[in-house]
Amino acid sequence: MNEVPVIISRLTESFLLNCRIFALTLVFSLPLGLVIAFGSMSRFRPLRWLVRTFVWVIRGTPLMLQLIVIYFGPGLMNMSFSWPGGSSGRFVAANVAFIINYACYFSEIYRGGIESIPRGQYEAGMVLGMTKSQIFFKVILLQVIKRILPPVGNEVITLVKDTALARIIANKEIIMMAGEYTNKGLIWPLFATGIYFLVFVGVLTIVLDWLEKKLSYFRA
Amino acid sequence: MSFLEVKSIEKSFGNLKVLKNIDFSLEKGEVIAIIGSSGSGKTTLLRCLNFLERPDSGSIIVNGKVIFDAADPTAQRDSDVRRKRLHFGLVFQNFNLFPQYTVLQNVTLAAELLAKERADFKQNRRAILQEIQEHGKKLLAQVGLSDKLDCYPHEISGGQQQRVAIARALALEPDILCFDEPTSALDPELTGEVLKVIRKLAERDTTMIIVTHEMDFARDVADRVIFMDDGVIVEQGSPEEVFENPREERTKQFLMRYNKDFE
Repeated sequence: MNEVPVIISRLTESFLLNCRIFALTLVFSLPLGLVIAFGSMSRFRPLRWLVRTFVWVIRGTPLMLQLIVIYFGPGLMNMSFSWPGGSSGRFVAANVAFIINYACYFSEIYRGGIESIPRGQYEAGMVLGMTKSQIFFKVILLQVIKRILPPVGNEVITLVKDTALARIIANKEIIMMAGEYTNKGLIWPLFATGIYFLVFVGVLTIVLDWLEKKLSYFRA
Repeated sequence: MSFLEVKSIEKSFGNLKVLKNIDFSLEKGEVIAIIGSSGSGKTTLLRCLNFLERPDSGSIIVNGKVIFDAADPTAQRDSDVRRKRLHFGLVFQNFNLFPQYTVLQNVTLAAELLAKERADFKQNRRAILQEIQEHGKKLLAQVGLSDKLDCYPHEISGGQQQRVAIARALALEPDILCFDEPTSALDPELTGEVLKVIRKLAERDTTMIIVTHEMDFARDVADRVIFMDDGVIVEQGSPEEVFENPREERTKQFLMRYNKDFE
């Protein structure tokens, strides 16, 4: 039984990989989603069409498939680009796949939020001589954030658990680690991974609730 | 030459001609009420004056300066339009206050953003912002809301919200203040307080164009009344002329219908 602390520490260590993918994905996909959202609302038709097709492809195919294609694609297609060797290459590739995938989902949430703001808010800004960017950042954005917080929270919580998919390109995340013990006939580490996810999501839920409360001072 | 001259404005949405050859002028300190049934083009006309719609033809001249000319596309760039639209203020039917800002912030926001473009903003930052705050408070006192400065829009009544919107429009000191059915979204018991504020502005010789369905108010406060129907100005004149002795058949019919509805 003295292997328990060893196993726990190895599980914890591998969960840090999940956490790193989670954090990096959020940091890059949240702003990237806004750029994609603007593209999908562009008045320039070819751009709008291109962006919406891209979002369709990304949302329409499994994240697992995207991980495989992004990691193995360059090599299989003899592209001059290749991922760095070893675990760092697998880690970066996984992050790229997650960031693109989540940015597309976020972009649609943003678009819905932005388009739900009444026209009158823009017009009020315009007749007061504000520039387009002043109207967006000073008037519209906070109202959008308030409206999209629940659906974004949903995606963020899904992301926590999706990080486990990184194992498909051999990133040693927590469930893969637990699987090694299962192969040796030890089942409890696998169950233990569930606790890690539960606690993490529990903390996130508290943070999201807090944010929602912070924005409850106005109604939009 | 009048303070405001609107010359042969035309506007279509698709095949629908909403404004046909609109001509009118306005003197400084004068109040014009525009009446007419829904769909007659009143609101579109106000939106054209405020650059929310671009007329297909015609021109708008304020104080001798051409601020819009459909024939001259070079004068329609966004940056130009932004400055030019400050000649006009607009109070919306639905208030359109910014929900995440307090009453006072709603009034001062645009002025603060504009002040940042001033050359001396960095040096006099404090004094300038202070001045904007004071000005905002003064305007809110004028509309009777000194006790609501720190409230958010959802915490006050519709009538109060509309009074904030009026203060907000006044904050940038427009030459001409436009009202688009300012009491149409209000319960009857709240319209009085808004009309009172507008009446007070009229007494202070504020130049105003008011689109309204409140006939008694229009008769009372306006120096001149314009009756619009089907995208044209059918008749205009003093309130007495238009309300007591309308020359045009269409005006008579409209007023008759109105009186019947409200009796």
